[in-house]
Amino acid sequence: MSYHVQLEVNGRRHEREVEPRMLLVHFLREELGLTGTNVGCETSLCGACTVLVDGAAVKSCTQLAVQADGASITTIEGLATNGELHALQQAFWDLHGLQCGYCTPGMILAAADLLERNPDPDDGEIREALKGNVCRCTGYHNIVRAVRRAAEGGAA
Amino acid sequence: MTRNRVIGTSVKRREDPDLITGRGRYTDDLTRPGMLHLAIVRSPYAHAVVGRIDATRALEVPGVVAVYTAADLEASGIPGVVPTAWLLPDLKTPPHPLLAKDRVRYVGDGVALVVADSRYSARDGADLVEVDYEPLQGVSNPRKATEAGAPQLFDEAPGNIAFDWELGDAEATDRAFEGAATVAKVALRNNRLIPHAVEPRAALAEWDRSAGSVTIHMTSQNPHVHRLLMSLASLGLPEHKIRIVAPEVGGGFGSKIHHYPDEALAAWCAMQLDRPVKWTATRSETNMTDAHGRDHVTEAEIALDEDGRIVGLRANTWAAMGAYLSTFAPAVPTYLHGTLLSGQYAIPAIHVHVFGVFTSTTPVDAYRGAGRPEATYIVERLLDRAADETGLDAAEIRRRNFVPPDAFPFQTQVALAYDSGNYAPALDRALEMAGYDDLLAEQSRRRADGDGPLLGVGLSSYIEACGIAPSQVVGSLGAQAGLWESAKIRVHPTGSVTVYTGSSAHGQGHETTFSQIVAEKLGLDVDQVDVVHGDTREVQFGMGTYGSRSAAVGGSAIVTGLDKVIAKGRRIAAHMLEAATEDVVFEDGAFQVKGVPDRAKAWGEVVLAAYLAHDLPEEMEPGLEATSFYNPSNFTYPFGTHVAVVEIDRETGVVRLVRYVAVDDVGNVINPMIVDGQIHGGIAQGVGQALWEEAVYDDDGQLLTGTMLDYALPRAHNLPSYELDRTVTPCPHNPLGVKGVGEAGAIASPAAVVNAVVDALFHLGVRHLDMPLTPEKVWRAMKEGGRS
Ligand code: FES
Ligand code: FES
Repeated sequence: MSYHVQLEVNGRRHEREVEPRMLLVHFLREELGLTGTNVGCETSLCGACTVLVDGAAVKSCTQLAVQADGASITTIEGLATNGELHALQQAFWDLHGLQCGYCTPGMILAAADLLERNPDPDDGEIREALKGNVCRCTGYHNIVRAVRRAAEGGAA
Repeated sequence: MTRNRVIGTSVKRREDPDLITGRGRYTDDLTRPGMLHLAIVRSPYAHAVVGRIDATRALEVPGVVAVYTAADLEASGIPGVVPTAWLLPDLKTPPHPLLAKDRVRYVGDGVALVVADSRYSARDGADLVEVDYEPLQGVSNPRKATEAGAPQLFDEAPGNIAFDWELGDAEATDRAFEGAATVAKVALRNNRLIPHAVEPRAALAEWDRSAGSVTIHMTSQNPHVHRLLMSLASLGLPEHKIRIVAPEVGGGFGSKIHHYPDEALAAWCAMQLDRPVKWTATRSETNMTDAHGRDHVTEAEIALDEDGRIVGLRANTWAAMGAYLSTFAPAVPTYLHGTLLSGQYAIPAIHVHVFGVFTSTTPVDAYRGAGRPEATYIVERLLDRAADETGLDAAEIRRRNFVPPDAFPFQTQVALAYDSGNYAPALDRALEMAGYDDLLAEQSRRRADGDGPLLGVGLSSYIEACGIAPSQVVGSLGAQAGLWESAKIRVHPTGSVTVYTGSSAHGQGHETTFSQIVAEKLGLDVDQVDVVHGDTREVQFGMGTYGSRSAAVGGSAIVTGLDKVIAKGRRIAAHMLEAATEDVVFEDGAFQVKGVPDRAKAWGEVVLAAYLAHDLPEEMEPGLEATSFYNPSNFTYPFGTHVAVVEIDRETGVVRLVRYVAVDDVGNVINPMIVDGQIHGGIAQGVGQALWEEAVYDDDGQLLTGTMLDYALPRAHNLPSYELDRTVTPCPHNPLGVKGVGEAGAIASPAAVVNAVVDALFHLGVRHLDMPLTPEKVWRAMKEGGRS
């Protein structure tokens, strides 16, 4: 049995027939080849797979592709505009907010969701907002700095 | 004109543009036409006899292509095992087969393989393989496993003892304790940890039937070591018929050093089916099968004279090996642990006794710090216990016992010779940053007033042995490998450079750091240097990245390679300038006659001359390229003092880490931004061990923390920002004066945090608590006080 889904990813429309049990993250990675979204746990506990679904951060391993039917999705590949890095991407680079980079796409998109809701968060608010995203490399120190830097520079 | 220096500056990482835009390619991102997916059927029992395996229903799943068991592996004639690479004297080495045959020995032991045309079908198939198990009793605690009546995992290892190892002078230590004014003890558990690289392990194997060779892209910290072990013990293909590539690797922390069955099994399936096969661990597979860390039971004591000077130290440790001996497992609780028990201190008598014990659990091996955090934890807990017993201040007792700066090189009583060190300045700086005296005053105030959370301050003055390792030394200690590093410097005709290094990165930023070394030495821009790593076809050989060795050993190999290139350049330049080679120096990117700056040839001119070869010195080969193998003459010895400040809620026992100060001495620093990042990450992992993390097994060996839901990882809201500084005592025996930084944070921080928590509870009679310091444990200790 397969279902028809149609959605917009990074401004491009896609239509596919998918198994109803296919996770959104597998749809993005394996159907669309957008492998920037990573999988760390498949159980909604690490945040590596975070994308924006209609503007809100969603762990794409907790959603089925069919549930995203009709949605507009932004993945890490769609964050830069016209080759110019998003303020969060730039700040993560400038302030060493990543090491292995595996958590980074999810971390950046979770932070983008925060800055959308709260353009001027303090460190405590940043840390709270990112508690669903595990980073095993950075100890979070530079991630927090990077998000604050992006906020100061106007990330939205 | 002198160029700006490149070494010592925070050059932004060249790795990042791909990683922040989603262009980075990790193993699971790779696909191939016709690719199949492998799922592994794993034992749900810690210890059981395996009976009949029935694949009938699995094979009916649409998309399932094949199901294999140990019998199929055997029939294919491959060696089929996963060996340990560190042979201690009298080590028991029962074989670890790629798939369990008659018996499983831990939850997660593989018993069958299902290959299918999609990830989902492979897992469906794996769920339907029926395996008959006859459960046996298991055992998870390494000390209990040695007791009479414990279930026996291997006939060849009576009492489950894999090895029985001692270091130091037992008699001298006994005498020291007999004559001591004060003896302080601690009985502790170093909690078992699951590494949790955020990227699960994965492999994509491709078989080239015509060439008879297999290419494996995999999550590896050391592709050449994996190739060697695959060749010798697992697949039986000659080494030159195996290519291992580590693409982007999403963290390792040790877990991707070791050679496991799974990646070899993917390769074997690809060879059987003549199609690309990918295996990617689920998180629960990762938690069951990535080698765990730590898991020691230790009794230790320290003896002091009436002046509070340490006269002896003794430790007995039962170290879990898990169900099989992993790659470096026997080295971790012995040569990376027992040898560190002198800490930063001049201790005249030390004795350590370690039992390596088989338990029906996931194998245990090197995890960030590997042995050194366990040693530091013992020593630094003992120093605090000694402070308790003598009434000395925690900082003072450390200072009084430091190896003095004029005593280096310092021969410890446990084999290591510390090459350099100056410990007091790091302690002083850390205390100053923390505001130590004010904190203690505030602590007394809160105790007296009974208001506000309890406050605790903990110190950890650690040492590590990094830059692993001098080959001759490790050879004499049982390593089946020399732990040198290789580099190839290829200078292109137009003067730019490609460096091939055997040190393979997984988040450390080697490409940036190594390009800084080359740029500095050759007077180039960093953009004129490319760094290649992580591919056995590109790089001649290499030992990989672990043990904080990449800068100290890999970086030194690059420097010695550059020296060879420069030496040849000087001969060419001398020939061009009609000068004697001895009179030509290489400075600021040019070869010039000493003292005559206008008699000079630019780097580019000399390089081009080497390739044109129109007029080279007699008998000189054209071209400019050098290979070097750097074998360190000693370990390096980073050190420092960390200070943790905790607050404990008096009602709930919740511990909050409110400040963390770290002063580290890692020698010269190539890229301060990267070095600080390494410290940050290490601190978080060590704090995680102290406060939240533990791989919990029931007594039988059932894993109770198999998911990220049950295993508490440090998250952003649990941690403060860290306060860092450093002192610089360059390593005297490598050309960069660097010591290594990857593990320092994880080595120092568990002791700092536990010392802080015990300090906060000291007035209630608490003298020790085992990690992790969960609210329940702390709450009980507050209620029960000195009984703990
Ligand atoms: S992969 Fe989705 S939260 Fe971990
Ligand atoms: S950078 Fe490696 S997990 Fe965050």
